[in-house]
Amino acid sequence: MDTLVDTLKAKFNFVTPRASSDTEAVNVPAENLLAFAHYLRDELGYDMLLDLCGVDWDVAGLRFGVVYQFYHSGKKTYLRVATLAPDNMAPAVPSLAALWPSADWHEREAYDMFGIQFVGHPNLKRILMWDGYEFYPLRKEFPLAGIESELPAADTAEATNAKVIAAPMMGGPFNAKNEEHHHMSSAEPRAGDQSWTEDKPKPGQKG
Amino acid sequence: MATSTEINLGDVGARSAAYAEEMQGEHMTLNVGPSHPTTHGVLRLLIELDGDRVIKCEPVIGYLHRGDEKIAENMTYNQFVPYTDRLDYLAPLANNVAYAIAVEKLAKLEMPPRCQAIRVICCELARISSHLLGIGVFGMDAGAWTIFMYTFTQREKLYTLFEELTGARFTTSYTRIGGVARDMPDGWLGRVNKFCQDVLPVIDEVDKLLTRNKIFLQRTEGIGVITKEDALAYGITGANLRAAGIEADLRKDNPYCGYEHYDFEVPIGTRGDCFDRYLVRLEEMRQSVRIVRQAIEKMPEGPWYAESAKKIFAPPKSKVLSSMEELIQNFMIVTEGPQIPPGEVYFEAENPKGALGFYIVSKGGGVPYRLHIKGPSFVSLGILPKIMPGHLLTDITCILGSLDFVLGECDR
Repeated sequence: MDTLVDTLKAKFNFVTPRASSDTEAVNVPAENLLAFAHYLRDELGYDMLLDLCGVDWDVAGLRFGVVYQFYHSGKKTYLRVATLAPDNMAPAVPSLAALWPSADWHEREAYDMFGIQFVGHPNLKRILMWDGYEFYPLRKEFPLAGIESELPAADTAEATNAKVIAAPMMGGPFNAKNEEHHHMSSAEPRAGDQSWTEDKPKPGQKG
Repeated sequence: MATSTEINLGDVGARSAAYAEEMQGEHMTLNVGPSHPTTHGVLRLLIELDGDRVIKCEPVIGYLHRGDEKIAENMTYNQFVPYTDRLDYLAPLANNVAYAIAVEKLAKLEMPPRCQAIRVICCELARISSHLLGIGVFGMDAGAWTIFMYTFTQREKLYTLFEELTGARFTTSYTRIGGVARDMPDGWLGRVNKFCQDVLPVIDEVDKLLTRNKIFLQRTEGIGVITKEDALAYGITGANLRAAGIEADLRKDNPYCGYEHYDFEVPIGTRGDCFDRYLVRLEEMRQSVRIVRQAIEKMPEGPWYAESAKKIFAPPKSKVLSSMEELIQNFMIVTEGPQIPPGEVYFEAENPKGALGFYIVSKGGGVPYRLHIKGPSFVSLGILPKIMPGHLLTDITCILGSLDFVLGECDR
């Protein structure tokens, strides 16, 4: 019996099988994705697009990819489709939001996190981060701690002079400070009376 | 001497008619949330209203975004387990299990029967816990306060059981890649059995209070209808999909954790409205009790972790302290993480809120290269712009309550 991948390969010469440890998976070039998706939905009956996500493959060639997880609600089978955005500087792939409305939000998320443009998307704007955020956080070069940037609300930023700052990766309240004379008591958060330490005697006690 | 002056009011009736004409078609934008009791978290809705009728609804999410996927790329597989607690924080045990199975699938690891049975009990208790809260707050949203008191009491008992099992009531972090953190405590299964006995009358009580309650029916029937076609196209999963009349349950369709050995039924709705979603959840709790009872009855003996997976599951503490080989093994797993072969996997588990999916890319080693989480609540909220328009402002609370979402896994 022919597998699904064989059927797809016979139908489209641009489809290549993809290594996968669970379900059937194929690679499809971005320029052929729409034709492939139409066939997948209308002829093969893959009626659910469960998930799609961007991946920063960080390879020497094409860097940004999108991985789709399709589901056939009748046959209860999965199909994974992967595509690569042809341009590393301005990554773009066609949008599937017109075929599966579920792609709408997922594509917005992939755009938000990786800066991948989905051509033909009705409302491609940030979804988890705020409008006007300058970075794409899931790209590999984005640091875990984050990057200092402006607050989303300009009026609050002006009034408070506050910014979105990078998370402290070390030297937080639970770490001993890297000073010449440091004691655990000056590093650990504690409740109650904090007026005395090893250096300063407890009030009412003779030092 | 009093004087009287005549004031000309003009044609009052015509003026008010003209005013009503002028107001006609004037829309008002209402902002709900992000901190509002009906939004069950930090969901924000921008609603355009014509009088009392919703014209347009735009959900704004991301207020609880913590960058879980970025964090996952920077830590070992086991270190990420506590982060999965905080996805659907109303069913942390089910998230733990789903995540562990996803990674184990990547490592092509089979769990021993006892581990699977423990995980099944975890998943089903988590489902009962989540649905108890879901139905409780849904009742509250629809004006039936009492339900919440009944269901919350039972949920509290469940949390005591979770605490005995995992050491934590809320953030359980119970699974490890290749097993669970520890075996069940003595007598725990008996107490779970006792809980199953206690919870069934409460479910019946809720059934009696709500299912034929005229006010509840009027507020939920025909409201927030999700058609079969929409449910599939929008990728809705879980109870919300089944309420639309589609027979889809991953526990039956693509069994994991040995679900194929349990005898249970999958309730499905007919109309896909708020009331059907309530009914499906109510029945699912009864089925979960059935599954838990079967799991208790035939709880297998044997190891509760994959003994053969020496590079993945850290050995028990007693062995670590007495044997050199196990000490080294433990050290390697703690410092470098469980060694997962290169590959990619997408695994979904039937969680209380829907199908929670993990897409994991491994390039070998103890840290995932990419870990993407598909939260079912993210998908459930994506359909709001489609189903909200045409409803009254008061229906919004009902629709939100019936979708049973949680922002922790929506925003990640």
